[in-house]
Amino acid sequence: MPEFPCDSVGLVAPQTAHFDDPLALACGKTLPAYDLVYETYGTLNAEGTNAVLICHALSGHHHAAGYHAADEHKPGWWDAHIGPGKSIDTNRFFVVSLNNLGGCHGSTGPVSENPDTGRQWGPDFPMVTVGDWVHSQARLADRLGIERFAAVIGGSLGGMQALQWALTYPERIANAVVIAATPKLSAQNIAFNEVARQAIRSDPDFHNGWYDEHGTVPRRGLKLARMVGHITYLSEDAMGSKFGRDLRSEDLNFGYDVEFQVESYLRHQGDTFSSSFDANTYLLMTKALDYFDPAAVHGGVLARAVAPAECPFLVVSFTSDWRFPPSRSRELANALIRAGKSVSYVNIDSPHGHDAFLLPEPRYQSVFGAFMSRAARELGLEEHA
Amino acid sequence: MMRADLELIHRWIPQGAHILDLACGDGTLLEALARDKGVSGYGLEIDPEGITACIGKGVSVIEQNLDEGLVNFEDDTYDLVVMTQALQALRRPDRMLDEMLRVANECIITFPNFAYWRHRVHLGIRGYMPVSKSLPHAWYDTPNIHLSTFNDFEHLCREKDLVITDRAVGIRDHEGHWTSRWRPNLFGEIAIFRISRRQD
Repeated sequence: MPEFPCDSVGLVAPQTAHFDDPLALACGKTLPAYDLVYETYGTLNAEGTNAVLICHALSGHHHAAGYHAADEHKPGWWDAHIGPGKSIDTNRFFVVSLNNLGGCHGSTGPVSENPDTGRQWGPDFPMVTVGDWVHSQARLADRLGIERFAAVIGGSLGGMQALQWALTYPERIANAVVIAATPKLSAQNIAFNEVARQAIRSDPDFHNGWYDEHGTVPRRGLKLARMVGHITYLSEDAMGSKFGRDLRSEDLNFGYDVEFQVESYLRHQGDTFSSSFDANTYLLMTKALDYFDPAAVHGGVLARAVAPAECPFLVVSFTSDWRFPPSRSRELANALIRAGKSVSYVNIDSPHGHDAFLLPEPRYQSVFGAFMSRAARELGLEEHA
Repeated sequence: MMRADLELIHRWIPQGAHILDLACGDGTLLEALARDKGVSGYGLEIDPEGITACIGKGVSVIEQNLDEGLVNFEDDTYDLVVMTQALQALRRPDRMLDEMLRVANECIITFPNFAYWRHRVHLGIRGYMPVSKSLPHAWYDTPNIHLSTFNDFEHLCREKDLVITDRAVGIRDHEGHWTSRWRPNLFGEIAIFRISRRQD
């Protein structure tokens, strides 16, 4: 038997759900059929009332907790918060985590085959929005026998999905946890996304998105996109304390090779990412971020946009997050207050910038855990080991 | 068992009121009011333990520093604003009073009465800054930067032309024993005021 930490969900395996009912998308196009890849942790109770949906962020996927292999050293991306006795306690909750449409980890996306042409979707894959994702997630819930989620939870772009859930399917969500998110991107946020997109699109290996057919990968573009993105995920302080002005070797070499440790780190992050992530997916995900703005159809008044919500919200921000700073979470919390909704807002002291939502931090965990325990109590969920 | 001042406030708040509880602590009052009287609203707090306790109880709590005012709350959107044992720790208690009576027509405020006879003994006879159950800190580490008396507060309300609809003082050790009659400025350890805007 493999040895995993006792607070880990252990060995997990992804599953695939195939859908044949066409999905009409916000962009006007329709996906005739699609797959969603997902993982589950814990056990769905007989009443189907203990399910929690995890929504992933820009470059995330369905593997949120546990291990895919006995010799794997790195668990899923949110393992710090999902597992027996953790904030999202799998002794109580049945956790569903999927790869969103347009993704590149198994769900239908640009790397899948386009049934109309028999070739890869590539850049022809339709633009998907947060709203589209929520509709597709609701169908996955139907498939799994989940009428109403005990909670829908996400950080960053995942938090936007949790918010959208509360607005689109208020009767199907008992609690919403919106972490390090924003009710809409700022001009600066969109600007950073545009730099990332241009980095990819201007790579000669991009071939207007048909790189696969050209047998190339726009690796340089993806690398640059990830490098610029990564800067916005960390705080200045976190970067400073991690790297400072440390050099790789003792002396300056007066050239353009890596000299400072931070350069080495960014290049490494970019290289790793560019060999594992699809460029067309990255473009789609950044557009989904840019388009998200539930208040837009309500004259820009967020308090009106959140009117349909019925569930209690937990809104969490991190002090050093400058990508979606605390002020953006407060904006959401204030709109919920104005609309008279049940909401708690917490600003966690953390030096880790936007990435803080992925990491364990005592206060973050106790707040998150308290909210989830209260949710379990109110829903009458038993603990089953 | 609720803190004595919270128990009195619990009695004063009407059924089904929509309220704000400034410096709501662990959410005891809001939880009891929601359960017993169907009261809704939000607590504001900055203490991490208090906030976590609120969330665990299902009390809506917003992490917010009261010194920054109540800008995120609109005029006349609440029935009542409560603030217990926080007035003396604010940078500008008078401005907070204005803010409270902007978002609601009525508010309830409790604070330690600096003119309580034990405090007077400490300062007037022994010559030390008072340390008591209601003022537990030493002078150098106290969060209480604007201590006042029952009389001082009444004076401020008069100056602001506010209506005092109820007032009482209590002693920490005698829970539930509240009086407003006999020399409150001397014998009251905790002052509690219920005030509202003058309706014209």
